[in-house]
Amino acid sequence: MKAALSRRVRSAAAFLLTALCVVIALVPLLSLAWLVVSRGWAGFSWALLTEVPGPPGGAPGGVGNALAGTGVVVFWAALLGLPLGIGAGVFLAESDHDDRLASAVRFTADVLAGVPSIVAGIVAYGLIVAPMKRFSALAGAVALAVLMLPALARTTEELVRRVPGALREGGLALGIPQWKTSLRIVLPAAAAGIATAVLLSIARIAGETGPLLFTSLNNAHWSLAPDQPIGTLTVQLYNDAISPYPAMQQRAWATALLLLVVVGLLNMAARVVAGRRAEGAHG
Amino acid sequence: MSMAHTAPLAMSGAPPRRAGSVRTGDRLWRLFLLAAGCGVFLLTALILIVLARLALPVLHQPGTWAFLTSSDWDPVAESFGALPFVWGTLVTSAVAVVLAFPVGLGVALFITEVAPTWLRRPVTFAIELLSAVPSVVYGLWGLFIVVPWLRETVEPALGAALGFLPLFSGPPLGLGYLAAGLVLAVMVLPTLASVSIEVMRTVPAGLRESAYALGATQWEVVRLAVLPHSRSGLVGALVLGTGRALGETMAVAMLIGNAPSVGTSLFAPGYSLASVIANEFAEAGSDAHVGALAALGLVLFLVTIAFNAAARLLIGRRQP
Amino acid sequence: MDETVRMAVRGLSAFHRGTAVLHNVTLDVRDRSVLAVIGPSGCGKSTFLRCLNRMHELAPGASVTGEILLDGRDIHGPGVDPVALRRRVGMVFQRPNPFPTMSIFENVAAGLRLNRMAGDLDAVVERALRAAALWDEVKDRLRGSPGSLSGGQQQRLCIARALAVEPEVLLMDEPASALDPIASARVEDLVHELKARYTVVIVTHNMQQAARVSDSTAFFYLGRLVEHSPTAELFTNPREERTEEYVTGRFG
Repeated sequence: MKAALSRRVRSAAAFLLTALCVVIALVPLLSLAWLVVSRGWAGFSWALLTEVPGPPGGAPGGVGNALAGTGVVVFWAALLGLPLGIGAGVFLAESDHDDRLASAVRFTADVLAGVPSIVAGIVAYGLIVAPMKRFSALAGAVALAVLMLPALARTTEELVRRVPGALREGGLALGIPQWKTSLRIVLPAAAAGIATAVLLSIARIAGETGPLLFTSLNNAHWSLAPDQPIGTLTVQLYNDAISPYPAMQQRAWATALLLLVVVGLLNMAARVVAGRRAEGAHG
Repeated sequence: MSMAHTAPLAMSGAPPRRAGSVRTGDRLWRLFLLAAGCGVFLLTALILIVLARLALPVLHQPGTWAFLTSSDWDPVAESFGALPFVWGTLVTSAVAVVLAFPVGLGVALFITEVAPTWLRRPVTFAIELLSAVPSVVYGLWGLFIVVPWLRETVEPALGAALGFLPLFSGPPLGLGYLAAGLVLAVMVLPTLASVSIEVMRTVPAGLRESAYALGATQWEVVRLAVLPHSRSGLVGALVLGTGRALGETMAVAMLIGNAPSVGTSLFAPGYSLASVIANEFAEAGSDAHVGALAALGLVLFLVTIAFNAAARLLIGRRQP
Repeated sequence: MDETVRMAVRGLSAFHRGTAVLHNVTLDVRDRSVLAVIGPSGCGKSTFLRCLNRMHELAPGASVTGEILLDGRDIHGPGVDPVALRRRVGMVFQRPNPFPTMSIFENVAAGLRLNRMAGDLDAVVERALRAAALWDEVKDRLRGSPGSLSGGQQQRLCIARALAVEPEVLLMDEPASALDPIASARVEDLVHELKARYTVVIVTHNMQQAARVSDSTAFFYLGRLVEHSPTAELFTNPREERTEEYVTGRFG
């Protein structure tokens, strides 16, 4: 039985190795979380949420304008991206399995979902910044909308496909036109799932930095105007992180904590909505 | 029950107008869906057109091949060579994937094969958390934690042990290919792990059971049934992870050192496609500079498209 | 029983991606009667039913030839809107399919509301629920979710939903097959009552059920109508040999 024993030992060793991999993966997560929370908390204050950033080398001020700016950019991005993304998803879900156009759209969306965010920034630059000759919140929003669209379309498709065909038939058999059956019967049945997907995609774009650097640029003052440059949490954080001033670096850690809280809340909201859907399915 | 047989409420009296309006609604709805669906195409076309229009003058001037192979990048003199950025992108991505793939595979095996059921969800959740952290926060963490650690501990040790290899020679600067690649590894890990998990879940239960029935140990089941069956999917995960790493911007921009040179040592500072676009685009003064950056974007776009398409084909379509 | 013909099917064939699934069917459905459609699975009885309200053509690659006349007018004629047709020819499905995001009340009102039909919603909903013999069981929880109802109640809710738009013909596709025997018996009783006001076509795989509820029965086999006779006659003294084999349980 010696062979069997050594085989079992090898099995145990291999699995120990996989456990070690999990530990290796968790070390950066814990290190990052600990540093952002401890250093960020040290720089946290009401001023962070209500004031504009102070000048380099001066008092730190806050990132209130950037928090609002992130909200503005994300709002416009969602306004542009959600109808198109969800619409494309419903289009895919309502098409037949052997529809060539739909297969092509599906494949394009899959591929597009992996396009680097920075490329979306160049597109927004070419479409909005160059013709308007001005960096603007809207340009940033266009970049983020491009980023959220493909994944949202694919998720929506899957969710709508999961709605039983019997519901659609039930609607059509009542003499309800197709578009109303889709909008009022099928989509509501998938609504909780779609809401989850929307929240997750908003959480994702709220953390984007690269494409905003040369679209919405930055703004050290309060501004909510869509046609003006605007400060955002991520760009502010980037500028502070690479600055040589300790006060600004401190502000970067506090901003990172704020950003994680915002993204975390969005993720949590998504989970709550998803959980409620699971409960509803039992009732 | 007091339901008299009243005349059908609406139908017999329904004017043809209603039938007409019903059809219009359906037609408009289908038109909207078609437009949204084709919007995905339009978007792809738009990306290509915008990039090409900005980039073409530059690609014409020195020629595409010269642009890709020149290593001289001097916006002031309007001399544009893409090689340092292509090189930096490839090196950092390679470092990231080489480091992250074994770990990601291990995590996937742990979650699908090893962990007791109660542990699976929390571990999966923790790995998902890694992908929720914004890239700029990784950059911040890398800048203040990983870079000093590399500079003071890892790079001197590697240099002492393996310094005879060009890969590990040179002064330990901290900022450079290794720092960017290491943080990139953390960032692509969740992608690698989650795709691997998805792939391993498709291994038919019967295959697993027949291996057990032969008297295989748990590890032998993984080696004989799970891994061979998942091979193309795992390669797909690898390709997808590489595609992610190639396009990652902020963490690399903050950690690679931003030096437009072609370094052969992992300790050397370099530059990447995405990070030079991030750093220089807003301040690009001339059309030529903007065009050169857009050309870099075009290269990045085409390369990532190729990687993603390949990954999709390898992982296969498992959607209904 | 009224002798007027409500629906007349003339030479109806149905195709799915080029394959014929229904061959040249001709039969009459008399007003305010119950027609049962029986036959082994795959015989085309469901397709036949779905042709009657043009649901069949919604499937990709589906088409029909022949005529179906409703009150003498071809339902495939130019100017006939399938959406409007389906309000005159209602349908109940094999598995209850209440709309999960709507309350019980909203489910019954859905056809009226989403079609912007006029009428006193409260009164219509109550009438439809009474007609479906569900009113007493749900009148105190009209705002509740249909998910809280039993399978049999859900099916009667779907019947009420179909009745609320006041159809002339009601198609039922094995409406009791997913229900337990007691709920199934209630649905059968209901079909009996509905006959007084509606024309009912019911597909069933249960021959006892067909014998109990219907006035006439049509037997389908391999996409063809083998025999259509008064129910008593078809079950006791069938004209065709294959019908006899099927109703006596020798095949199927």
